[in-house]
Amino acid sequence: MKFIVCIKQVPDTTEVKVDPKTHTLIREGVPSILNPYDQFAVEECVRIREEIGEGSISVITMGPPQARSALMRCLAHGADEAILISDKAFAGSDTWATAYTLSHAIKKIGSFDMVFCGQQAIDGDTAQVGPEIAQQLGIPQITYVEKVSLDKTHKLTIHKQTDGGDQILEAKLPILLALLPPSSFQPEHPPMSSILKAKRKPFNIWDANILGGDKSKFGLDGSFTQVIKTYTPPSRGECEMIEDDPKEAAKKLSKILCKNEALAKR
Amino acid sequence: MKILGIEIVLEKCTGCGLCIKACPFAAIKVKDKKAEIEANCTLCGSCVDVCKFDAILIDRPKLSNKDLSEYKDVWIFVELKENEIKKVGFELASKAREIADTLGERVGAVILGEKAKHLCDEIAAYGVDIVYIVEIENLKEYNTSNYSGILTGIILKYKPNIVLFPATHIGRDLAPRVAATLEVGLTADCTGLSIKDGLLLQSRPAFGGNIMADIISPTTRPQMATTRPNVMKIKKPDNSRKADIVTIPVNIDPKAMRIVIKEIIKTTKSGAKSLDEADIIISGGRGIGSSENFKILEELAKTINGVVGASRAAVDAGWRPRSDQVGQSGKTVSPKLYIACGISGKIQHQVGMKSSDTIIAINTDPEAPIFDIADCGIVGDYTEVIPALNEELKKNLCKN
Repeated sequence: MKFIVCIKQVPDTTEVKVDPKTHTLIREGVPSILNPYDQFAVEECVRIREEIGEGSISVITMGPPQARSALMRCLAHGADEAILISDKAFAGSDTWATAYTLSHAIKKIGSFDMVFCGQQAIDGDTAQVGPEIAQQLGIPQITYVEKVSLDKTHKLTIHKQTDGGDQILEAKLPILLALLPPSSFQPEHPPMSSILKAKRKPFNIWDANILGGDKSKFGLDGSFTQVIKTYTPPSRGECEMIEDDPKEAAKKLSKILCKNEALAKR
Repeated sequence: MKILGIEIVLEKCTGCGLCIKACPFAAIKVKDKKAEIEANCTLCGSCVDVCKFDAILIDRPKLSNKDLSEYKDVWIFVELKENEIKKVGFELASKAREIADTLGERVGAVILGEKAKHLCDEIAAYGVDIVYIVEIENLKEYNTSNYSGILTGIILKYKPNIVLFPATHIGRDLAPRVAATLEVGLTADCTGLSIKDGLLLQSRPAFGGNIMADIISPTTRPQMATTRPNVMKIKKPDNSRKADIVTIPVNIDPKAMRIVIKEIIKTTKSGAKSLDEADIIISGGRGIGSSENFKILEELAKTINGVVGASRAAVDAGWRPRSDQVGQSGKTVSPKLYIACGISGKIQHQVGMKSSDTIIAINTDPEAPIFDIADCGIVGDYTEVIPALNEELKKNLCKN
């Protein structure tokens, strides 16, 4: 069995703050982390490999040289090999160009059975790269995956979240899965012994030349979407505090709510 | 017969017939143990995905600037739930109408389902001119490969300028698959759509809602976006309005499906509104204290026709199911009214509900960050405030 996990290093969006004067993002001092959804994907992949007792895990990312630390963390969590796809040519990639680059790297790795991704990354939240990779590899995808079980005969059973509940699916390999961690998931640090072990695992860096493929499809040139403007959303204004005993406060709030569009129309 | 844009590599083709099963448009035959493509091929690519021998090549012609103007009309993908149109469909239709009027184009709606004819008038009332329907038994439950293959084929045939999807579980699974097949730009989770210099201007939040980005797809058609439910305003329906109906014949062989649904587990009651469709959400957090206490919120929800949500802390405590969770590891909602009870409102919760129209917060801690983003706040115990509010609203809403 060959497993591939696609990951992304992201700014910790929970630490991002907006400058109250200039209304721009304060990025200084914001730590770069392994996207939590992707950490879950790596941990699940390692768990499955251990359960069936065979297979190797390659973890890949497209990003700047400092994305190395996110890959090292995946190696410490149990992946066997890491590939950093890094080149100035990839800068400015939108989701399609990212998927093109990653799927190209997956094809270069060779044959594979399962590709794991996080459901989405916490910086962009698009959830598009996974399905776009699956399409470019010509394999089926399942998104919003909560549970994965693979038996020794490689029969795959998936527990998937839907808008109204869950579905249990059976699927054939090869496949791409986009994983949704349980709400209780806490991205743990790997133990020191694993971090030390990770340093001895194969780590490759591929630039655009090593990767090959159609260079006009990389980066900004290969992106079909263009960001033309970024701005901070209009602030909500001050919170009107109702200071009264519960009964009186409820009365006042009721008056405000009755004027609200959602209630007024009835 | 040679069809432009698709080629069978004869040395590789074994005549196995998998592509015939996968083709939704019955456009492939096997003759002398080799696949043959017929004239009704739409280049949807369903065959390429199933071929084990890499024997089918598709090269869709690239668009020049002149070709872009051939793409006309604003389309929506209409998502169904139990054979009914989800509310977000009417939101998309209303928005598509507005955009189409600016461009002087028509609104098209695509409905895929077990039964779809009875829904045409309903969606037409919101401004749709043409409904493209695909009716087939196997389309009752969504599956990526059939839906994306069929939709891609219809888009390639009719060449719409814009296609809008709901940013739901289904829309966010389907739209990227279709966009990648067509090699076109796609913008996720838009909260604003308008026309600027003839192009679709797509506005979306990023970085946990801390920043907004305006995005265009100038060189590819159709321009595609998923749109967050509850954000676009629904226009008043015109029930006298009728749409042209175009029925698309398709052919689905269940044997070609690589993913099979074994069981469906519903956590929302049949007919009940799901969290992402609700106009009014009353959410509870750690401060609620127990699963039993959520009844207090449910009582209020009944009075004002709302849906109960939960913060991560309440879900982790086992008081509410996962499907109720609002926030970074749960759902992103944008109701007209969001009432947060006993929720401190850390950034992880805020990113899931910040774009609500009106936010009301009730919390015993005056320092709770939820008050930073609320429009109106009460520092107090929800067990006292909510029942009193419920009684007041019962009185006042009856009067109206």
